[in-house]
Amino acid sequence: MSISGANNDDRRKHRPAGEHRSSSDSARSDSSPVRVTIPSDFGASREIQKQIIDRVVRCGFGDQAIFAIKLALEEAMINAIKHGNKLDPAKSVHIAYHVTPQQAEITVEDEGGGFDRHCVPDPTADENIEKCSGRGILLMEAYMTSVEYGANGRRVKMIKKNEEQATPHLSS
Amino acid sequence: MSESIPPVSVIQNKDIRIVEFTNNKILDEANIADIGQTLISLIDERDYPKLLLDFSSVDHLSSAALGMLININNRVKKKNGQLRLANIKQQILEVFLLTKLNKLFRILPSRDEALASFTQ
Repeated sequence: MSISGANNDDRRKHRPAGEHRSSSDSARSDSSPVRVTIPSDFGASREIQKQIIDRVVRCGFGDQAIFAIKLALEEAMINAIKHGNKLDPAKSVHIAYHVTPQQAEITVEDEGGGFDRHCVPDPTADENIEKCSGRGILLMEAYMTSVEYGANGRRVKMIKKNEEQATPHLSS
Repeated sequence: MSESIPPVSVIQNKDIRIVEFTNNKILDEANIADIGQTLISLIDERDYPKLLLDFSSVDHLSSAALGMLININNRVKKKNGQLRLANIKQQILEVFLLTKLNKLFRILPSRDEALASFTQ
């Protein structure tokens, strides 16, 4: 366990979402990459999820893609906070996102014990269909263009291509 | 603000309870737990509970919400009750299809069709 050094000082490193932007210059392009660290807290997560989705909307993603990203992001954040960090307030969640009109790339990393994707049972199998958990990963993988796991399962990198941007709406 | 609004509203139609969700998102842990508790108390009130969940207002839900619904389904079954889901928007319906939960739940297109599907 890596929480032996955790104390209140560690908690102080958490700042409101947005302060860890790699581009501190607000005049920079809206499409620049952003890194944020938040505590294992659903309220803080909600805030950063909103920021990312706002950016996805501004980059012109279609309704279907917005729905997909919202869902996958929700699942990734819950996995990190609840299953990864087990709601431990001394542990953080590190989020990196880079949203352009072409694609949204989101990486979520927790400080938990990690997991092996191959050991997660198929929730659609008849013997598992009545079980209450195990669907988050399935939904992330179904709705995103690509999903990769790293750092022994502590990190998930998801990409959603904006397929609709090839046909922009013509406005007068 | 939204904390004071009950998570669902319930309409009684003969012996069937129709449940509407008051929030368009079933995402927050607290909200999901709240909805789950309310549904469980509705189920536990009757011997053969008949419950119709109307999803017409729901735009987003997460796997945690699906877990809560599975829990509700198991509880209804244990009491020999009947559960129907209706008015699920296309995007949400796809979530049920992907997770194959359409095999577990009785999903009907409209509230009327769901009401008609209950047996005595």
